[in-house]
Amino acid sequence: MAITGNIDKSNGDDGVMRTADGTPLKLSLQRAQRRQKQRTFFLVVPLLVFILFSFVFPILNMLTRSVEDPQVVSYMSNTLDALEGWDGESLPGEPVFEAMAQDFKIGRENKTIGRVGKRLNYEKSGMRGLFNKTARRIDKIETGPWKQTFLDIDKKWGNVETFTVIQRHDSAYSISYYLSALDLKHNEQNEIVRQAEERRIYVSLFLRTFGVSLVIAVLTLLLGFPIAYLMANLPLRYSNLLMILVLLPFWTSLLVRTTSWIVLLQSQGVINDIFVAVGIIDEEERIQMIFNMTGTIVAMTHILLPFMVLPLYSVMRTIPPSYMRAARSLGANQFVAFVRIYLPQTVPGISAGAILVFILAIGYYITPALVGGETGQLISNIIAYHMQRSLNWGLAGALGSILLLSVLVLFGLYSRFIGLRGLKFG
Amino acid sequence: MRAGGRFPVFRSPAKKEARRVPRLLSSFRQRGGIVPKFANFREKTPLASNPLFPYNRVAMEHFVKFQNVQKSYDGETLVVKNLNLSIGKGEFLTMLGPSGSGKTTCLMMLAGFETTTHGEILLGGKSINNVPPHERGIGMVFQNYALFPHMSVAENLAFPLEVRKIPRDDIRQKVQQALDMVELSEFGARRPAQLSGGQQQRVAVARALVFEPDLVLMDEPLGALDKKLREQMQYEIKHIHERLGVTVVYVTHDQSEALTMSDRIAVFNDGVIQQLSTPVELYEKPTTTFVSQFIGENNSLQGRVREVSNGIATVELHGGTIARAQAVNVQGENTDTILSIRPERIIVDPDVSGGELSVLEGQIEELIYLGDHIRTRMKVADRDDFVVKIPNVHGHKILGSGQKVSIGWLTEDCRALDCNVIDMEGKARQ
Repeated sequence: MAITGNIDKSNGDDGVMRTADGTPLKLSLQRAQRRQKQRTFFLVVPLLVFILFSFVFPILNMLTRSVEDPQVVSYMSNTLDALEGWDGESLPGEPVFEAMAQDFKIGRENKTIGRVGKRLNYEKSGMRGLFNKTARRIDKIETGPWKQTFLDIDKKWGNVETFTVIQRHDSAYSISYYLSALDLKHNEQNEIVRQAEERRIYVSLFLRTFGVSLVIAVLTLLLGFPIAYLMANLPLRYSNLLMILVLLPFWTSLLVRTTSWIVLLQSQGVINDIFVAVGIIDEEERIQMIFNMTGTIVAMTHILLPFMVLPLYSVMRTIPPSYMRAARSLGANQFVAFVRIYLPQTVPGISAGAILVFILAIGYYITPALVGGETGQLISNIIAYHMQRSLNWGLAGALGSILLLSVLVLFGLYSRFIGLRGLKFG
Repeated sequence: MRAGGRFPVFRSPAKKEARRVPRLLSSFRQRGGIVPKFANFREKTPLASNPLFPYNRVAMEHFVKFQNVQKSYDGETLVVKNLNLSIGKGEFLTMLGPSGSGKTTCLMMLAGFETTTHGEILLGGKSINNVPPHERGIGMVFQNYALFPHMSVAENLAFPLEVRKIPRDDIRQKVQQALDMVELSEFGARRPAQLSGGQQQRVAVARALVFEPDLVLMDEPLGALDKKLREQMQYEIKHIHERLGVTVVYVTHDQSEALTMSDRIAVFNDGVIQQLSTPVELYEKPTTTFVSQFIGENNSLQGRVREVSNGIATVELHGGTIARAQAVNVQGENTDTILSIRPERIIVDPDVSGGELSVLEGQIEELIYLGDHIRTRMKVADRDDFVVKIPNVHGHKILGSGQKVSIGWLTEDCRALDCNVIDMEGKARQ
């Protein structure tokens, strides 16, 4: 009878499954699992904190910097107020110049006006010089008329565009870094147009980066596939040896590997010497194989090869040889059996390896920096340049964000069309 | 006959088939495939023969022939030692043996995945030593089925036809027929992973047959199935074989499977065929101790031959008892031998007046009630693993543990064999 009672209770009128004492089954299950979940969470807390500070926070910071635009709003607020209602076509009147004089004096005192000049210089060259010069001169002048004073200091103040540029920054956030990162700009009419031909750098650099990454992914696939196949199919002692050879580069410093390519490929290097000695080329015809795109591709293919081999190997290892045998016994020759039976089963490994290599290659910095010379630079090198040299962190952030976004889009496309389930990274 | 209802597809379209065959044949021949005589999915006259003695159905032409075949992997030991074996057309031959006995190696050599170290393998009278696997035209069912996981069931079945460049319409029809044959007509669009083990097994069989080979090899195809399904599949494979008349070479280590399905069984041990005969003969008349112990349950008693006359050996067992047995495999007088006798042939408390009996004293150690019979373990002639099966019939002997009884056997039921004691623990009990 007790059993019957329990069954009745467990299927209450509301259709909710209940335990013997009447609590809903789901609730009871949650309670039972809570402790376990807490313990699991506790175990990953150190990693979580580390990732938060070393990964999530910097990325968010970068994203913020790429849209932040506080200089003009903070340090030229009077000017912006005065510019409100300006028609944007004729030169503004005396009140604007008076407000501007005020801003310049305060800015000079606080040493902040230079930042505005630097910021506006990204939009229109010459602005930094104009601001520094004006700040220096205006300090000594006590009274107006300010319009004439400004025009006396520099004729550029008579240029309407100067004010257009200032007024465009009336918000603390702007997309102007993203425009620059995509070789776009605002023209005088505040429309978005492409940069002048000779100033377009980033789009072609992005395209070059994608192209090089694609080439490297294909090269690693071509080179890695046979190795992975051998590793998966040879007897254990041979495949272990191969595995060590594949992993050896991992245990060697990245710098050592990259510089050894310099030794090999430079025009007085080993390979050119051999070519000359054998007589394939003349002394004067030594091939330039390093400090250009060739060097970047060769060195990066070598460095990223294990990232292709390992996912391929892990997939191939799970393909039993009986599939190929079955195909052969069913009448397929080696080639047909390989193409129709073996290859399709390695697709998860191929795509995992290709995506891994491609993503790593897109963001690769050190190798192109060392062996890329001028033509072998990738987008990451430009980002580094803006971080370290030009200190235009906003633009660096915008370029980085675009890079991040394109990787995410690729990943999304991949998971949509091929699926992440089959993805194996080793 | 059950099969009549089970495989309806191969009954009627004989006319259509006949028309299509020559075209197929020529395309095979152009590709250099070995298709000696085209085994169409044909209706074979049901065999009226006594299934216990299927000699008459085995056409004794040498369709497959192993000639002095030897195989070594490491150059030091032979895995297959001088194998000679002829397989008739339409025969169901099973290679039975413990693991490591060389049976799978023989199958792989026949399929073309292993090379022979010495000797020749003939198929339809021609040496196939240098014919690559895909040109041998041999169907094969693998242990783990080896169904292509990225293809649907229908695509799996179409594969051997596609690589033979058979017209698309014919492929569709043949695939459907093959699916019907294994009763999976509705499952063509599924992936192998979506099928149960038994269904996958049937697809594997259908795929090995769909391109109508004359010879099909099966490498422990039922090993992964549970017992009940395995037994069912044994009958299905047997019936398919009877219907299609295709020659089957089947490898297994399961003796009951071999006994159920085969026309002939080649018992392998240590790279040598120990005995090649029908299931009945193998069980009733084993010629070596290994076979007697590997096939079915068996009592072995060691002894020394005292006299051999008229094919009857008089043997002195350990403990001094004298017993008589058929001298099947003894070296002569005063040599060691092992007497082999089936547990169900032992008579408890025999009537001594018959004369042809050997009578021994036994002490009952253990009685196990198994329903249809009572398994009785006795101590006989210094051995305590002597097993007697007492059938559970009306008026059977009621015995108690520790009791002493006299047991006996007819001389014709006891066989004096070689004294190669084999560690049966590891090998026979798989």
